[in-house]
Amino acid sequence: MRFVVCIKQVPDAANVRFDPEKGTLIREGVEAMINPFDLNAIEAAVQLKEQLGGEVVCITMGPPQAESALRDALALGVDSAVLLSDRAFAGADTLATTRTLAAGIKKLGGADIVFCGKQAIDGDTAQVGPGLAARLGLNYATCISELEFIKDTNCLKVKRAWEEGYDILEIKLPALVTVLTCINTPRVPSLKGKLKAKKANIPVWGAKDLGLDTSLVGLSGSPTQVVTTCVPKFEAKKEMLEGDVEEKVDTLLNRLKEAGIL
Amino acid sequence: MLKIDKDKCTGCGECEEVCAFGAISIKDDVAEIDHDTCTLCGTCVDTCPSGALEIESKKEEQKILDKDNWRGVWVIAEFRSGRLFPVTFELLGCARKLADKLDVPLSAVLIGNNVKDFASELIKYGADQIYIVDHPNLAQFLEIPYTNVLVELIKRYKPEIILAGATAQGRSYIPAVATILETGLTADCTELDVRIEDRALLQTRPAFGGNLLATIVCPNHRPQMATVRPHVMKALEPDDSREGEIIEVKIDESLFETSTKLLESTVEEQTGVDLANADIIITAGRGMESKENLSLVEELAKLLDGAVGATRAVTDAGWLSERHQIGQTGKTVSPKLYVGCGVSGAIQHIVGMKGSDIIVAINKDPDAPIFDVSTYGIVGDVKEVLPKLIEKIKKEKGL
Repeated sequence: MRFVVCIKQVPDAANVRFDPEKGTLIREGVEAMINPFDLNAIEAAVQLKEQLGGEVVCITMGPPQAESALRDALALGVDSAVLLSDRAFAGADTLATTRTLAAGIKKLGGADIVFCGKQAIDGDTAQVGPGLAARLGLNYATCISELEFIKDTNCLKVKRAWEEGYDILEIKLPALVTVLTCINTPRVPSLKGKLKAKKANIPVWGAKDLGLDTSLVGLSGSPTQVVTTCVPKFEAKKEMLEGDVEEKVDTLLNRLKEAGIL
Repeated sequence: MLKIDKDKCTGCGECEEVCAFGAISIKDDVAEIDHDTCTLCGTCVDTCPSGALEIESKKEEQKILDKDNWRGVWVIAEFRSGRLFPVTFELLGCARKLADKLDVPLSAVLIGNNVKDFASELIKYGADQIYIVDHPNLAQFLEIPYTNVLVELIKRYKPEIILAGATAQGRSYIPAVATILETGLTADCTELDVRIEDRALLQTRPAFGGNLLATIVCPNHRPQMATVRPHVMKALEPDDSREGEIIEVKIDESLFETSTKLLESTVEEQTGVDLANADIIITAGRGMESKENLSLVEELAKLLDGAVGATRAVTDAGWLSERHQIGQTGKTVSPKLYVGCGVSGAIQHIVGMKGSDIIVAINKDPDAPIFDVSTYGIVGDVKEVLPKLIEKIKKEKGL
């Protein structure tokens, strides 16, 4: 079996803050890392490989420095990794991203199961997983919290969450799943894994290697365009309540009564 | 590629500061771009006070030939467990305005089994036309049949704009639909408008964990597709006198086929009050300091018949389950009263609650960002303020 995990290197968004006075982002101390949801995708793939045999290949589309995310993945039990990198890939929206990833997976010789994280924390779109499944013509399920391989039917039995409950689905391989964080606890890299990751040779495939027309990838191949960005402004009628605790609480209760809430 | 006009660049450094990827640095008073790091997000272009930055696209203005053949605004109704999800009505409320501005009909798409009776609901909430695909094989939501049906409808009727809920269901198959149609899809929009000149859908969504709002267009492809977060748009008041047309669409049954089997579908008992529909939400932040102290938040919520919310720090610490989480990665809420207890007000949280009518913040730190968005602020220790608040409310209620 071949398991392919798609990962993304993201800025550590939890530490990106904005300066409301200047209206700018504060990046200090923000490091690039593997998208946290993708760690669960890696773990799910590695666990399944340990159970069934086969290989786990990790791919990412990104700038040359995204290689470090792949090395981190190798330290977590992934067998090999490929970096899809080309200037022409820059500025891709989710549609163009699925085209590049699909070409990468095809060049690998396809996959029995493709694993993705639920979404990436920088874009939060959750669109690449299902889009990639559609492009590769795979059966798929999103937001999986449990997963089991059923040998007799060559199916994955998965638990898929939705707002008010869950579904149990049986999906035939080849398939793609996007996983929730509750599906497993990602392992910590082993010393052996780290050594292997350090030495590993990570091929870099560009548009030419993938046989992709550069007008169909990256910014050129993206139907959506960002026209403006702005820092969100919040307007509030701010009243700081004064006095000791007793007085503050009394004022608050009065205000809430005036508003008809209490 | 991001291009810089070195004559216009003053080396002010604004671009360096806004770049979330660290791709710009100022060297010898001129901005220098690291093209390997640059993602072409365009933030710097908008920020540059001297207009020195430009994203150069190799793309010819590839106008799609039949752009003018695509007309009308569609809302994809979400039908599940025998009912229409509220997000459907919110989408209709928002889409009605877009359709009126573009002077086109607003249509809703209803897919399922025995769903015809629900068409009148959609008309009451603003739809002019309902396309119904009703078949026993569509009784349960499964990605592939629903994707096939929607793709077929879109190809047949060519709407210019399609809105769907950014729900578990919408997020699972709408991206597949957009990919098959090779068109753009913008996730989790919080604001939508149209630009009349070119009939472009202006799609605004939070980016970088809510630190920025990005407005996105899809100029050369049709349809223009967006998913919208639940509880962001307002539904219209239902109007029983509205009239609409119901169109039953016959679709080749082979499109309903899938090898995926639904073995079980379970609706879980909702514990506690439903956050999304609560009028009052008392939210616990990291400043509650311990799981034990959450009893104060729970007591206040119970007293006011409200729900308990949480910031990500609180759910990450395991003090409350993820179901309570409000914010960018959690739920969006808009109660009449939101009380933040020890909530610092990280932007990721604020984007999920800023629509609340009255926001009360209680925090030790007078500089906590939550005070910037609050209606009433109390600087103080939650462990002193909350017991006092509870005591006084109890007294008022004669408890």
